[in-house]
Parts: sequence; structure tokens; C-alpha cells
Amino acid sequence: MSRNTKINALLLLAVAALAIVPLALGLGDHKKEPFTGSDSEAETAITELKPDYEPWFSPLYEPPSGEIESALFALQAALGAGVLAYYFGLRRGRRQGEQRAQERQEAEGASVAAREPDDESV
Amino acid sequence: MHIAEGFLPPAHAIAWGVASAPFVVHGVRSLTREVKEHPESTLLLGASGAFTFVLSALKLPSVTGSCSHPTGTGLGAILFRPPIMAVLGTITLLFQALLLAHGGLTTLGANVFSMAIVGPWAGYAVYRLLRRTGVPLMVAVFFAAFVADLSTYCVTSVQLALAFPDPSSGFLGALGKFGSIFAVTQIPLAVSEGFLTVLVMRLLAQSSKGELTRLGVFPADERKRTETTEAVAR
Repeated sequence: MSRNTKINALLLLAVAALAIVPLALGLGDHKKEPFTGSDSEAETAITELKPDYEPWFSPLYEPPSGEIESALFALQAALGAGVLAYYFGLRRGRRQGEQRAQERQEAEGASVAAREPDDESV
Repeated sequence: MHIAEGFLPPAHAIAWGVASAPFVVHGVRSLTREVKEHPESTLLLGASGAFTFVLSALKLPSVTGSCSHPTGTGLGAILFRPPIMAVLGTITLLFQALLLAHGGLTTLGANVFSMAIVGPWAGYAVYRLLRRTGVPLMVAVFFAAFVADLSTYCVTSVQLALAFPDPSSGFLGALGKFGSIFAVTQIPLAVSEGFLTVLVMRLLAQSSKGELTRLGVFPADERKRTETTEAVAR
């Protein structure tokens, strides 16, 4: 593994560790519902601060179940990851193509150069 | 940082919408200019938007025992400057508001203001400041992403505290409450976002050095300088 790849792997490992540590240490155990979204916790806080507050608008479309919602979240992540993968794949392919074309050109140049002296002798 | 649909009083919702609109309009103009002048940057623009798409869908557990998600806006702000990121962030928020019932149309203005405007600008400011003081690129990238992420959640806390001040301790009391929900949870996630942004920037530095040089991430005069030193050597 090159030094570059090692650093990249370490970065990913650090992100994974930051996500796993709270779960492994059970840092959500003091809560009635561990690891809920902070967005919904804020909603709860709002109803605590202003118990008579009624949301005055509701979403036009609401995923009918938690499964559908997580499917749509997965779709969002997949779309993003797909575009990113396309970008890096395309770049890599282009770079390799350019490199090959250059090598070919150099090889042709070398063969032409090798032939030239013969031509002159004839 | 998504304030749920209908959870901001109408006056607040409108005010944040009015505050955000000029940034987004200006951003759309910058975006169309960028695409017109540099059609080759469309791909990288797409990749920056995609990064925000992925990161804002990743709900990660945090030390406070709740879950939250990064924003992914630091990368685009560094590459294409914050106005363009305002558009890309708004698209992401709109997708989530319409399809996922996450955030909302009435709170879109407020959410755009925190995630697509303040976050990118704060991150970009930190990036420029650190670069100017000679901090290495990747360190500056890390802190830019960290600040873009964390500042977004601080703004959300302020927005909610303004709308729902504590009956006894007022705005500051409510700010403490929302801040402990959002900002504290967000610190480790902002570190994660910093690492991921550095990772993507490293991959970009490998694969798209020319593009990053044009965008000013790498100094443009480096090649010229080596050319002139070569010329001098000759």
C-alpha cells in the first residue's frame, strides 16, 4: 500500500471510529429513546418551551412508513455516491487514456527517429 | 439542522425566506456564469453537489446519544466559492423537504440560511484566513469543513431560540437549550466531515490537479515559476 492510500484509509477509519464509539460506549443509554435525530429532539424542545404551539403547515408529502423514509434517504445517498464515483472514474480513465496516448506518441516518435538515419543513408 | 415543516412562526419563516432569497438569486447567477465560461467545470460542480447529497443523508450517532448529519458544504465553498454553494445546498434541502418530509417549504428559508449560506461563508472565510497565514492546504480544508458544519447548527439554534424564547430565561435560555441539542451533538460529526472533506480533496488533488489550479486551490504560478527557472538554467 502506498503512503497515499494509507493516509486515505486512516481518514476513513477515523470517521468510522467516530461513528462507532458512541454506539459501543452506549452513550445513548441514559435516554428513553437512544440515538434519535437531533431534529426531532428540537421539535420536542419547542413543545416544551411553548406547549400551545401548533405547526401551521404540514409536509405536502410524507413517507408513509419508516421503511419508505429510510429507502428515500438511501436513494439520496446513492444518487450522491453514484455521481461522485462517476466523476472519479471518469477522471481516472481520462488520465490513463492520456498517458497511453502519450506513450504511443513517444513510441512512434522513437521509431520514426530510429528509421530516419536509414532513410538518409538510402 | 432541519427545522421541521410548520415549526417556525409565519413571521420568522417569511423573514428568513427574505434574508436567504438574494443569496440564492446571486448564487444562481454565479452558477450560470461559471457553467457558461467554464463548461468543463460542470462535472466538478456535480461532484460538489453530490458530496452534499451524500453527507446530508448520513445520519451518524454522536456522543450526546442522539443522531445528526453533516452538511458537506465546505468542499463546494472552497472549490466554487460560497454563492454557488448556496444553490447546491438549496437543491439538497428542497429534495429533502419535498420527498423526505425532512425540513420543509415554510422553513426552507431558515434552513437555507443556516446550511447553504452561513455554513459555506463561514467555512470559506476560515479557509482563506488559514491559507493566507501559511497553513498547509489540507489543514485549512479540514477546519473549513469543520466550521461550515458546526456554524450551520449554531445558526439553527439561534433561529429556534429567536422563535421560541424560554418563558423564564428568555432568548439565552432557549439558545442554551437548542445549542445543547444541536451544537454539542455536532462537534464530533463536524470532525468526521472535516476528515471526509480532506479525503475527497486529496482524491481531487490526484485526479483533477488542472481543474483545482484553475479554481485557485493550487497556486497557478507554480508551473510558470518552474518554466522560468528552467529557462534561466538554460
